[in-house]
Amino acid sequence: MSDEKIVTEEAEALVASEQTEAPAADGGKKQKKPPLSKEEKKILWQARWSRWKAWVYLLPAIVILGIFTVWPIINTVRISFMGQWTTEGGSTWWEGYSYSAALNPNTHYVFGFNNFSSVVSDIDFVTCLTNTLLLTVITVPISTMLALLIAVALNSIKPLRKVFQTIFFLPYVTNSIAIGMVFAAMFQMVWPNPTGEPMSVGIINTIIEAFGGTRINWMNQGSSHFANMVVLVIYIVWNALPFKILVLLGGLQSVNKQYYDAAKVDGTSRFRTFWRITVPLLSPMIAYVVITGFIGGFKEYTSIVGIFGEKMGPVGNDWSLDTMVGYIYKSMGVSEGKAGAAALILFVIIFAVTMVNLYVSKKKVHY
Amino acid sequence: MSEETMVLETVDTAPEEAAKEPSKGAPAPKNDIEKTSKKQKVVKVFVYIGLYTFLTLVAITVLFPFYWMLISSLKSLDEYNRTVPTLWPTQFVWSNYGAAFTGGLNLGRLFLNTVIVGVVSTLLSLVVTVLSAYAFARLEFRGKNLMFGAMLATMMIPGELFTISNYLTVSEFGWLNTFTALIVPFLVSVFYIYLLRQNFMQIPNELYLAAKVDGTSDLKYLWKVMIPLAAPTLISITILKMMGSWNSYIWPRLVANDDLHRLITVGLRDPSAFIYVDPATGMTTNLVNFPAQMAAVVLVTIPLLLVFMFFRKYIMRGVSRSGLKG
Repeated sequence: MSDEKIVTEEAEALVASEQTEAPAADGGKKQKKPPLSKEEKKILWQARWSRWKAWVYLLPAIVILGIFTVWPIINTVRISFMGQWTTEGGSTWWEGYSYSAALNPNTHYVFGFNNFSSVVSDIDFVTCLTNTLLLTVITVPISTMLALLIAVALNSIKPLRKVFQTIFFLPYVTNSIAIGMVFAAMFQMVWPNPTGEPMSVGIINTIIEAFGGTRINWMNQGSSHFANMVVLVIYIVWNALPFKILVLLGGLQSVNKQYYDAAKVDGTSRFRTFWRITVPLLSPMIAYVVITGFIGGFKEYTSIVGIFGEKMGPVGNDWSLDTMVGYIYKSMGVSEGKAGAAALILFVIIFAVTMVNLYVSKKKVHY
Repeated sequence: MSEETMVLETVDTAPEEAAKEPSKGAPAPKNDIEKTSKKQKVVKVFVYIGLYTFLTLVAITVLFPFYWMLISSLKSLDEYNRTVPTLWPTQFVWSNYGAAFTGGLNLGRLFLNTVIVGVVSTLLSLVVTVLSAYAFARLEFRGKNLMFGAMLATMMIPGELFTISNYLTVSEFGWLNTFTALIVPFLVSVFYIYLLRQNFMQIPNELYLAAKVDGTSDLKYLWKVMIPLAAPTLISITILKMMGSWNSYIWPRLVANDDLHRLITVGLRDPSAFIYVDPATGMTTNLVNFPAQMAAVVLVTIPLLLVFMFFRKYIMRGVSRSGLKG
């Protein structure tokens, strides 16, 4: 840092001397300015360069971020308020901004809140919002608790810990679409003719039947919304565990062993030690995984495509499992303005939930 | 002072009894202690059995889909569709892998596209990230902190907000169905810049000054000193970026969904990709060729698992700091 300061100062001095010398040369006896030596020229050039080089280094990042990050924020807000009133056959309705319509010179967009009201009053949007909320509220606590249990168990064993740790991390390094298809294959029945008997009931149903249960139509034609959601919850939790275990185990390993020794000395039970020492000491990490879990949950999309396909639902019940992000991309086909409004609503929800989480964790997190 | 000594004394003498006899605080007779210590040992063994059973069950649950994917990819369609599924293929049908390539999906092309996009975007992204991180870590300029803060602030905004407008921008530039549309918009990751800047800042400034005295240029210094010293972080960034390209789905499907530029994940979910064609009649059936589908899934998954095996440390370090998938 200090070095850069020196170079900059040098440069300023040089540039300043240049400027003061120039008028003196004019007013004087036309005395020829002594030409700068090679060395001096080099220093001067370097000094000038050092003022600007940081910006040159940053240029690619600034240009790309400007076009693909900063502009979209402005533009999305802009188009989400844009649209026009269309009258045809006596009825008038609002048409949100769309790129293809905007190319037509007869289109004159006005600003208004109608994109937002049309999103909120859309029954489809309500379905998507409900699905998203349900999935988030169910999967985040389950995966956090499970990850906490696994992390504590991992932390209290020595042999094989590395092996287990590696196995538990595997779901993270997978493609959610590809493995979603594997889950679909596990839960799906091969049932070419829904009025007859299925050819194969799928491995999960086979296991259930082996334990004396009855098979369930998890995700084929005619399956219940509840069964579909169970499959999704299982897959999402399976997928969410690795990151949470990684963070929580990292936290556990940095906890000072003395607390546990003290608890041992006091003869505290394991259960009490867990709730009174482990959980409070881990509270910052728990808050972190809960917050990132909520954010991820609200953006749930690819897991559902992986299991149920691009139509976001079992055969014969398309879009029944659609989520907020799915709604945004679906709306893009109709109007980018409407999609923008939906994206802004999602952003506000995520922001609000994160703020609430931060507020709660400020009160509950112990340090 | 007296209290302190008291505490010290209790700590010195009491812990063993206290630890072994949680219900009674007072010291117990000798044989009682032996009894309880035996009991404690039994409890300890049971706790360990419980722990290992629990962890093994979780491990089986985690591994089962991988196992199912592998064996399903090697079964014949008849065996796959049996009423009682077999846990090991009666006969290894390697031709499923061929079927995955020759089916409705041009799998070879999809892999090639994905590799091209992955490699080019990772290389370019590294260059941009290194230059920016260097400017933020080593150079002094007006508005540095403001600029860095502004960049960090963009990390808070969810990607969906960018996608809509970026789609319009890319259409405007005429980039639809080109590799450019897949590479350029997500070239700069503020998170990677942040990660690398932190690493660069740990490199002592004296090295830079020494290099300056020797007349080394900035770029040479960056190349010869900074990059080797920050290699672990750069490896983390490279792997995470590659994995991100390999797994990306939403953006590629939106902007480049034609035969020449489609990426692997988009192709996998093509509904017509794995329809079973009866080899005897040559007719399409209403059955899905699940073994071929699973073979394609295996081919997508294996490279990821291999990379994970070789670079486990780098991946886990990068991930624990980011909290973002891919």
